[in-house]
Amino acid sequence: MRLDDILRIVIKLLLPFILLFALYVQFHGDFGPGGGFQAGVIAAGMVILYALVFGVRAAKRVVPQSMTAAMVPLGVLIYASAGLPALFMGRNYLDYGVLARDPAFGHEIGIFMIEAGVLVTVSGTMTVIFYAFADRGR
Amino acid sequence: MTQLVIMVLLTLLAAVTVGVIYTRNLVGVVVLAGVYSFLMASVLIALDAVDVAMTEASVGAGVSTVVLIATVYLTKSTEYPRPRKALLPLAVAVGTGAAIVWGTYGLRPFGAPDAAIHTHVVPRYLADSVKDTLVPNVVTSVLADYRGYDTLGETTVIFTAGIGVMLLLRGRRRGRPGAGGAGGGA
Repeated sequence: MRLDDILRIVIKLLLPFILLFALYVQFHGDFGPGGGFQAGVIAAGMVILYALVFGVRAAKRVVPQSMTAAMVPLGVLIYASAGLPALFMGRNYLDYGVLARDPAFGHEIGIFMIEAGVLVTVSGTMTVIFYAFADRGR
Repeated sequence: MTQLVIMVLLTLLAAVTVGVIYTRNLVGVVVLAGVYSFLMASVLIALDAVDVAMTEASVGAGVSTVVLIATVYLTKSTEYPRPRKALLPLAVAVGTGAAIVWGTYGLRPFGAPDAAIHTHVVPRYLADSVKDTLVPNVVTSVLADYRGYDTLGETTVIFTAGIGVMLLLRGRRRGRPGAGGAGGGA
């Protein structure tokens, strides 16, 4: 019998709520505290907690290393491309007003896009750094 | 009341710092650094900076504690004995601290509404955030919209950090099984 059953079961119950909290911080960032950076770190923290309790190999089955490595540049690309439409319309780079007919709504869409980019890069980077350290130990 | 809470927390911070200085076991130092981050996050909540407190708690106490423990696991877990002469570093630290404290006397009191930082662009951001962006949280609209270039730069910094760690740690590992030496894989 394993001695860490309580730890494993409690962590397994906690994980969905940590992910839910990360999504709340991400999508409620327009109204309350939080945003892409905080949500990304919390989501990466969930993966790290899973890896600490169930092993890095199990974590890599859920969140493959190649995926996290691709997420690091992908987020920056999402962020940078959010500013391109304005450039093509003859406005300043990162002027999100052109993304919708109502400029204010366009700004809201732009903020949503770049927060998504920050989330992808931050969660990817944190997980990549953890995987890099964990691989060196073996 | 807030002032009392902050004073208690700052006193605890000082105590933890002394603990970090006198602890030789590096795992203990890492755990104390995590305690330091949690205390700092509490101070930031008392100062109504919840965004920063969230970051401090998750990055400072969470992720970096795990990464530092992994580092200690890869290296030795006891610090080398401390050097004999600690007078010069002590003088430098005390001098720098005194200069910083002296510098704060030239500033307006904390949170003063007529301080320079609150009179430049802040009134426009506070008044126009909802009209310009439909986002009531001004922190988000400043970070993501009014100061979008800065945040793009910050995201690029995180990207660079991730790529750097990946190249450094992975490259070495691939070179290791070949020979006993470091091998210089990059």
